[in-house]
Amino acid sequence: MKIVYPKEEVCMACRLCEVACITEHSKSKDTLKAYKKENPAPLSRTLVEEIFPGLSVSVMCRHCSDAPCIEACFTSAMHRLALSEVEGKPDGRVIVNEPKCVGCWMCIMACPFGVIKRNQYIGEGQGDNPLNPPLLRGKGKGQEIKVKLSSKCDLCPDRSIPACVEACPNKALVHEERN
Amino acid sequence: MKYLIIGNSAAAAGAVEAIRRNDKRNSITIISDEPHHVYSRPLISYLLAGHTKEDKMYYRDENFYKENNVETVFNKRVTAVDTKKKQVILNNKGQGTRGKGQVIDYDKLLIATGGIPFIPPIKGKDRKNVYTFTKWSDAAEILQVSKNVKKAVVIGAGMIGLKAIEGLTAIGIDVTVVELAPEVLSRALDRDASRIVQRKMEEAGVEVITNNEVVEITGKGNVANGVVLRDKKKIKCDLVIVAIGVIPNTVFIKNSGIKINRGVVVDERMETSVKGVYAAGDVAEALNMLTNEKMPIPIWPLAYRQGGIAGDNMSGGSFVYKGGFPMNSIEFPGVPTISIGIIDPRGEGYESIVKNDAANGNYKRIIIKNERLVGAILVGADVDRAGILTGLIKEQTPVTAFKDKLLDRNFGFVSMPKDLRKERLGRAI
Ligand SMILES: Cc1cc2nc3c(=O)[nH]c(=O)nc-3n(C[C@H](O)[C@H](O)[C@H](O)COP(=O)(O)OP(=O)(O)OC[C@H]3O[C@@H](n4cnc5c(N)ncnc54)[C@H](O)[C@@H]3O)c2cc1C
Ligand code: SF4
Ligand code: SF4
Repeated sequence: MKIVYPKEEVCMACRLCEVACITEHSKSKDTLKAYKKENPAPLSRTLVEEIFPGLSVSVMCRHCSDAPCIEACFTSAMHRLALSEVEGKPDGRVIVNEPKCVGCWMCIMACPFGVIKRNQYIGEGQGDNPLNPPLLRGKGKGQEIKVKLSSKCDLCPDRSIPACVEACPNKALVHEERN
Repeated sequence: MKYLIIGNSAAAAGAVEAIRRNDKRNSITIISDEPHHVYSRPLISYLLAGHTKEDKMYYRDENFYKENNVETVFNKRVTAVDTKKKQVILNNKGQGTRGKGQVIDYDKLLIATGGIPFIPPIKGKDRKNVYTFTKWSDAAEILQVSKNVKKAVVIGAGMIGLKAIEGLTAIGIDVTVVELAPEVLSRALDRDASRIVQRKMEEAGVEVITNNEVVEITGKGNVANGVVLRDKKKIKCDLVIVAIGVIPNTVFIKNSGIKINRGVVVDERMETSVKGVYAAGDVAEALNMLTNEKMPIPIWPLAYRQGGIAGDNMSGGSFVYKGGFPMNSIEFPGVPTISIGIIDPRGEGYESIVKNDAANGNYKRIIIKNERLVGAILVGADVDRAGILTGLIKEQTPVTAFKDKLLDRNFGFVSMPKDLRKERLGRAI
């Protein structure tokens, strides 16, 4: 399937892919609001690794065909999308079903690319959907709870080209199918 | 051709999915002594805590059996397997082994009966309000009595004990945990890492007693009201949870001719010593690829994987199990803790690199043998990229060229040699 591959030779660690990813996964789709206002603050699902000077590479999910994260997830929150939600076509990306995730970090332990992030925030109970609040007590609306969710690349389901690829000024990220 | 699966959990789900990839036609039957649609055992502590709800306990959606054309026989226990006649014998739950049981024929059988909690012969263990903690019904029953419970004693500070404690404290029950070993989580962590976790537990209000054991559960009438420790110390409580460990659930195949060691011995196709009979999951004794020994490794991902390998071979495939290794992730409030592979190296040739920042609750250790990573312990802030280490262990990648960077906060693919990085990041996986 088509995923995002990095080209370290032309990456200059500008981190615009991270900015684009955060914006894309925000509620407002507005960069400033996403960074400064939103709770939960969206996390970037790609990580620019960097060794100073001169080497950097943006690493995100490989959507593995035999995905260790799926195997590790006992809630089945981490799963493979069989058919695209938008077009109904065969898909194959690996995504998190957030309401099922309990933040156990089994997937983090299993992913050989280290591309799943811990998304932890203090928020309101989402109605009758208590996520995993081990620090603060209280359920239901209005109560503050600590939410733990895993967060990873979903290849931007609302776009034909992922936001990071489009944002990279140097074409250091490519969206393509390889063997 | 009839496929029969005893058990209805991770390994069974893996098997059904694998069988149906190869064979859409022949019948599959699942037998379970529980009443539930396939659910996630590890979620019972979350259910107890109120951190998940009943409708989220299920591992597969409600159409799972229908879509995969699986017949289910619930609430029935298999009491014997006749490998000559290719039959299993069932009894209604609670009926014991006497009486005339129902018989089901099979052509290919999968034993996926998991583990059963080990309960030592403690005096008073049969009293009311004494529970184990491995099943949905355990959590449900504990929840039901919890209204009248102020104080609980948990016996065993291993993985399942800690999960029980997490659930109990979340619903406002005071907990004392009694552990025989000198440390908590002694099988998953080393001493320094255990100490950090223990401190966090104590900060969360849990009383931790190590190097000690419960010798008696006392009662008022028949209801537990306290425990007596080896050193005669008495602790009052309204609830006791025995969480010492699980052992492979093999009693019902004792006389079947299937070879059992610690668990059911399987080959690389998950086939047992009897042709056509397979085993997978917590009940099986499969290869630990790091020690090259066969042993039960009771974790969810391996149960699912082994089930898949078994199912594939049962239905004509040829997938091979390359072996697994123990790993686990547990988070006591504020201390995410990940343990992978060999963490208590015994014998020659191991090298261990440690970064101990106990004051801030952070600890990292890696264990290397023959230039390969074989184990890792991560406690605290830096668990996020733990999986890269798991990958290096699984692939048996030589790490000498970058071993001094493995414990860096920013360890990643840029720390690896260019060839390795490009190979990992540049191709479809
Ligand atoms: C509280 C708790 C927390 C855990 N947390 C984690 C975790 O965080 N990460 C992790 O990797 N693992 C965890 N585990 C371990 C994980 O749950 C097991 O590894 C996994 O469930 C094993 O799956 P299985 O398919 O081998 O068998 P099991 O899940 O043990 O299921 C066995 C099945 O067999 C059936 N059965 C048994 N005997 C009979 C019989 N005689 N007749 C008919 N049916 C029978 C049972 O009804 C059940 O359906 C946890 C376990 C517990 C108890
Ligand atoms: S999260 Fe990791 S293990 Fe899962 S598909 Fe992506 S790269 Fe593979
Ligand atoms: S953190 Fe969420 S997605 Fe990851 S394994 Fe646990 S439940 Fe599954």
